[in-house]
Amino acid sequence: MVSLEVEHLSKSFGPIKALNDVSFNIRGKGITSIVGTSGAGKTTLLRLIAGLEEPSRGRVLLDGRPETPPTLRKRATLVFQKSVMFSSTVYENLAYGLRIRGVPSDEIRQRVEEVLKLVRLERYGGRTAKKLSGGEQQRVSLARALILQPEVLLLDEPTANLDSGNAGIIESILKETALHRMILLATHNLSQALRLATGVIHLCEGSVVEEGPSEDLLSNPRDERTRRLINGQL
Amino acid sequence: MVEDFVGDVLNALRLILQGDPTVLSTTARSLGVSGLATLLAAPWAVPVAWVIALGNFRGKKIVKAFFNTLLGIPTVVLGLILYLLFSKSGPLGLLQLLYTPLGMAIGQSILIAPIMISFGTSSIEATSSEVRDLAKTLGASDLQVSLVVAREAIGGIILSIVAAFNRAFSELGIAMMIGGNIANVTRVLTTTIALETAKGDVALSIALGIVLLTIVFCLNLVVNLLRRT
Repeated sequence: MVSLEVEHLSKSFGPIKALNDVSFNIRGKGITSIVGTSGAGKTTLLRLIAGLEEPSRGRVLLDGRPETPPTLRKRATLVFQKSVMFSSTVYENLAYGLRIRGVPSDEIRQRVEEVLKLVRLERYGGRTAKKLSGGEQQRVSLARALILQPEVLLLDEPTANLDSGNAGIIESILKETALHRMILLATHNLSQALRLATGVIHLCEGSVVEEGPSEDLLSNPRDERTRRLINGQL
Repeated sequence: MVEDFVGDVLNALRLILQGDPTVLSTTARSLGVSGLATLLAAPWAVPVAWVIALGNFRGKKIVKAFFNTLLGIPTVVLGLILYLLFSKSGPLGLLQLLYTPLGMAIGQSILIAPIMISFGTSSIEATSSEVRDLAKTLGASDLQVSLVVAREAIGGIILSIVAAFNRAFSELGIAMMIGGNIANVTRVLTTTIALETAKGDVALSIALGIVLLTIVFCLNLVVNLLRRT
């Protein structure tokens, strides 16, 4: 089972320090939630682990081996907060990642059918992806990541803009997926973190404030900033 | 006065429907010259737009501002510069491009290249950032990312090419100064409209104006329909 180590990770955008010396370890399957207010550095952290940004300092290790952004992109997949669809059908959106990996078309067809069933969009394969509703698009985004069976699944506020119905569907898929996959879920929704995650990392102004099992941390925080986050004072 | 206008419009429509040889030949020449200008500009202007949009280099903003400024260059000023270059005593006089359709096409291609570059750059930039990240996180290589961005931006690039063609098709300054408005050689829709109006043959001018606008309208309609499908 995969292990993820983040070592002294920092990222600056010009004069702005988005992440500052972030370190933590996660082992095996299950959901770890990264919580924090907007601008805390959650998205930047996920983008670094996904290999979409070069760190200013520090490194990301998978199974004890330091990874570069290109190798990270082969092992970790990020689902963005805002759904982005290719200008094609749902089927083509889902098949893209498999196609560029050289998966045979018969297997692609089978895996697309399976993943569409998982996200409850069985008959949507031929639909134009950009014409779907926001909730449906987010389910396609999740399916597009799941179909690749990444070792680490990264989710950036996947239910932030969704109605409760679509959010519920996505949460139930995540619970099922977490039984056999490592998931990092960035969210500002603490009740969602409590519902889904076994572990929580609290990020504040680019630094890790506190980490631990979700129930312990969210019911009995040690750090004053975590307490203020829970009380809605941050 | 109104009767004259209605009469001219009816005569114009009659010229179009009867396939008047002047209308047909002038339209064909216009399409040929502007089409050639588009073909001359696109092979280098689209890649330049690509490099500007996706490249990360110093002075990028200045380069973009430069091409944006060229969008507003008056055609008569460009026509004058090209006239001086192409004239017998000019540095490119040996090429004998003055008063030729090829000279007009080259002039128009210089006029419309900034349109392709500016509009193309905006189109690629608008699609590239999110699509690039998406393709990357799905495991695409740099080449595969570029291909995806190209596929997603193709509609905008085609629109920029069509907009450039329309500009060439409807411009007057270069056609007049480089082409010289020679009958059956370099006389195109816009120069003929200007000439025939001055001569008082308003019906022919209206006919050519209708043809010009119809072609531009149909071209845009086709592109928009294609983009929707």
